[in-house]
Amino acid sequence: MHPNRRKRLLMVIFLVGGLSTTLALVLVALNRNLDFFYSPAAIAAGQAPVSKRIRAGGMVLQDSLVKASDSLRVEFSIGDLQGFEVRVFFEGILPDLFREGQGVVVTGRLTTEGFIEASQVLAKHDENYMPRELAEALEGYHPPTSSQAYDR
Amino acid sequence: MWQWLHSWGSPRWFYLRSGRLLFGLSLVTAGFLAVGVFSGLFLAPADYQQGESFRIIYIHVPAAVLSQNVYITVALAGAVWLIWRVKVADVAAKAAAPIGMLFCALTLLTGAVWGKPTWGTWWVWDARITSTFLLLFLYLGILALRQGLPESTSGRSCAVLALAGLVNIPVIKYSVEWWFTLHQGKTFSLTQAPSMPAEMYWPLLLTVIGFHLLFLLALLLAMRAEILEREQTRDWVSRLVGGYSP
Repeated sequence: MHPNRRKRLLMVIFLVGGLSTTLALVLVALNRNLDFFYSPAAIAAGQAPVSKRIRAGGMVLQDSLVKASDSLRVEFSIGDLQGFEVRVFFEGILPDLFREGQGVVVTGRLTTEGFIEASQVLAKHDENYMPRELAEALEGYHPPTSSQAYDR
Repeated sequence: MWQWLHSWGSPRWFYLRSGRLLFGLSLVTAGFLAVGVFSGLFLAPADYQQGESFRIIYIHVPAAVLSQNVYITVALAGAVWLIWRVKVADVAAKAAAPIGMLFCALTLLTGAVWGKPTWGTWWVWDARITSTFLLLFLYLGILALRQGLPESTSGRSCAVLALAGLVNIPVIKYSVEWWFTLHQGKTFSLTQAPSMPAEMYWPLLLTVIGFHLLFLLALLLAMRAEILEREQTRDWVSRLVGGYSP
């Protein structure tokens, strides 16, 4: 290879390689601080700060949802695959995709008793898509009323 | 093979040969996009959880794939220009950047429109979305450099910036695996079994291919215009435009 080209090639390799190394080191240093939310296991382990605004994510546990009859107040538990769970209190309108068994991310304060007073609830969707008929056939599962808005 | 590849590095050769591809490429692109979009919007069944709003993936996912692939194209073309001084490579880097920026903006826009009914919010600062937002700004930076610097140095600066920003691409790609994000894992992959049944998957495959062809077509057209402008004082151009010289 021509010496000038070789020099420029090496410069490009150093540029991309050097920046990649820098970024990799930064990302390792930041470690889990780039997580969008804490898992119930992390909260149980005391990693989440108390009384500060945090996000927590997990699956809404089956039969854990309790709705108040006279207000928009709801409470439910979110859990992870390791069996940790945390109780969430929320007052407001839940997203359409919110239901038991669905992944959610809640924003709120962690109380000293280990509950979360949520100010926002977001539904987390997974990357799996299915026609409604197939989903019903697979698990005899019919989406509950919150998704009936799509049928109108 | 090397000889053949080398001949495409000549602007004149590139202009004349690429002209023969345009008609066929347009037809194939239109075919893929028409069939893909129609089957995605009308033939594919609605999702069991999201209902009809899931259909935005037939635009969002191809646009997202392209915004990253176009960026890689800009960076690689920039590297070829930096190292080997192939003129056509700089033309390609210049022509591809605005197209990629549009795909990136489309990705963020369709993602926001989908996020509102699905997640309950237009925008969150999670790792996937933030790194894609950064990609948009890299594109804008490249465009600003191209516009702002004199032609003699802008190619070099753009290439260096594009190569530096290349580290963002794996961050976008693996953000959903490295961290907990609100954004779900990858929907489209050539190497893994599809995460959806065939009647939902094949329209997506068609639009992903269609978007790649659309990029190729837009790139060729933009490159041809750029070549004519750069070579306007050359004989072959004045012969091509019928003796007119500016």
